[in-house]
Amino acid sequence: MSILVDERTRLAVAGITGREGSFHTLNDRRYGTNVVGGVTPGKGGQDVEGIPVFDSWAEAMAEAQPNTAMIFVPPRFAADSILEAAAAGVALVIAITEGIPAHDELRVYNMLRRDHPGTRLIGPNCPGILSPGKANVGIIPASFFKEGNVGVVSRSGTLTYQIGNEIARAGFGCSTIVGIGGDPVPGSSFVDVLELFEADEQTELVVLSGEIGGSAEEEAADYIAEHMSKPVVAYIAGFTAPAGKQMGHAGAIVSGSAGTAAAKAQALEARGVRVGRTPTEAAEIAVEVLGGASVPAP
Amino acid sequence: MDLLEYQGKQLFARHGLRVSSGKAVTTVEDARKAAEEVGYPVVVKAQVLIGGRGKAGGVKLAADAEETAMHAGNILGMDIHGHTVNTLWIEHASDIATEYYASVLLDRSAKKPLVMFSVEGGVDIEQVAEESPEKLIRHHVDPLEGLSREEAREIARRGGVDPDVVEGVADALVALYEVWKAEDATLAEINPLIVTPEREVKALDAKVSLDANALYRHPENQSLADGENEDPIERRAKEEGVQYVKLDGDIGILGNGAGLVMSTLDVVAQAGGSPANFLDAGGGSDAEKIKQAVELILANDAVKAVLFNIFGGITRGDEVAKGLIAAFDEIRPSVPFVVRLDGTNDVEGRRLLQEAALPNVHAAQTMNDAAELVVALAAGQKGAEVHV
Repeated sequence: MSILVDERTRLAVAGITGREGSFHTLNDRRYGTNVVGGVTPGKGGQDVEGIPVFDSWAEAMAEAQPNTAMIFVPPRFAADSILEAAAAGVALVIAITEGIPAHDELRVYNMLRRDHPGTRLIGPNCPGILSPGKANVGIIPASFFKEGNVGVVSRSGTLTYQIGNEIARAGFGCSTIVGIGGDPVPGSSFVDVLELFEADEQTELVVLSGEIGGSAEEEAADYIAEHMSKPVVAYIAGFTAPAGKQMGHAGAIVSGSAGTAAAKAQALEARGVRVGRTPTEAAEIAVEVLGGASVPAP
Repeated sequence: MDLLEYQGKQLFARHGLRVSSGKAVTTVEDARKAAEEVGYPVVVKAQVLIGGRGKAGGVKLAADAEETAMHAGNILGMDIHGHTVNTLWIEHASDIATEYYASVLLDRSAKKPLVMFSVEGGVDIEQVAEESPEKLIRHHVDPLEGLSREEAREIARRGGVDPDVVEGVADALVALYEVWKAEDATLAEINPLIVTPEREVKALDAKVSLDANALYRHPENQSLADGENEDPIERRAKEEGVQYVKLDGDIGILGNGAGLVMSTLDVVAQAGGSPANFLDAGGGSDAEKIKQAVELILANDAVKAVLFNIFGGITRGDEVAKGLIAAFDEIRPSVPFVVRLDGTNDVEGRRLLQEAALPNVHAAQTMNDAAELVVALAAGQKGAEVHV
């Protein structure tokens, strides 16, 4: 198994004709992901190294039946592209685009719930999803990961690579790595993804990597305590971040006394989740729980 | 992007929220002229992005020209919790019968706008929420529908406002929601929202934060925010499109990816060091961007050592190495660097750095080792004898 993306994935990409869009789409295809089309208004009929380009999501759906959409268009067009993909009936939309206005994200989130409850959104401002050995949708460098039993869910891309790589060096692999993104209104939260990992046979342990801002980690802590049978190991970034300053991600900001790393780590630990003080320690705890040796020095 | 009070009030007025007439000024002379225009008595208010202005002496009532000049002279240049007062807002003084609180914000947990209202205005609202939560009305709005007048009236009634101002408060709430929505705000807060003896409902203060990601559709708001108090390096970084936050310490930090950089700051702090900045070089940084980032880090005189923590995904280790070599060629930094390269093309990157044999550049294998080494270097405990 694994979650969200695998051999059954039929991927179409909005923004496939752009520089970044085509680069990463072709990378994903080289990994083995089944890429069935692209969407760029006005460029229908063209192709990107054999991948057919359509003018709209409706047309892409009629011609190529994608079940997964990747959004690579600039921020001002991204919200409409997500909604258009959902309206065409795409079940999973993965939005890589960074810099979408928060109000657009709010509109998208609430419209999907009201009008397209069958569509799940991951991101925006995320690195995508990788199920090692099966499919890669997004920009996660697949070479650092191998197939295995650890599920990873994270608000940060590079931090995921850091932790995942340390777990791989200790001899363990991943079922699926899910980047939920660093924006204030993500389409899917930690809880949504934890629920999928709990139900996934391949996954035996989940690593959750959070950061300052919002309360998604606190909500995850409650969910883990009440609904998860599988062990979860956490890492939280941003203990030294000053209040009121946005730390790179639009969602990474301590507002007043809310959203601090200390409060998140505390909430998780109070619910019995072990929290690593460094990415390395989080990986070591994960390896220990899995019953392996501690991470050898590289 | 946080706005000064007077800028927030300008947005309020744009959407029909009642505010007192006033003027923003930067000199004593202009303060006096503004006071004549708006009519005495006036309030002289420091414009800074920090709470507690009143207690710090940054808000004063003036009955005539002499008092206006005296207060303006005292407040201009004043330091309020680290913020220098460069601008004053001169506003006609309001008579106050009652003080309420109102705000609209983005509730990240509910993924909906949240309207908050309380008849306990003019005080710290977090305190009200803690001590008498029943006095703080919280109402989630369906963002696809907006805030209706009927909902707004209901909030006012539930909050327990005087019956004769239910309509006035509802008007203010609907207008405040409109400010939040139309201006792409993440927060629009009025504390206090006052009722005058004539039973007029008015915003006496304004706290507004705008979403920087949405500025492209609000060109008229591009120039807002407190440019004067902005850190000069942060301003330069913003112009160059680099994610940089100035911090208080002496260890410069560069990494790729917001999460990894936040984590690097933490690991340096755990090793006993104090980070001087947050800098996310982003995905796919090329040599030119790395050079630019090094210049920004070294623009801060407090920096005694620099840590590069790169886990290459899209970013390639060889590009980072080339950037660092180019930066050294031009800038010739006098402080030590510690470089940890991992991920895409890390071997090639490390080879390039070794060949270049840059003076005072040290390689580290892991993030933890790198943090310990850079802390020691910043403290002057290790010098040239540190081997690569």
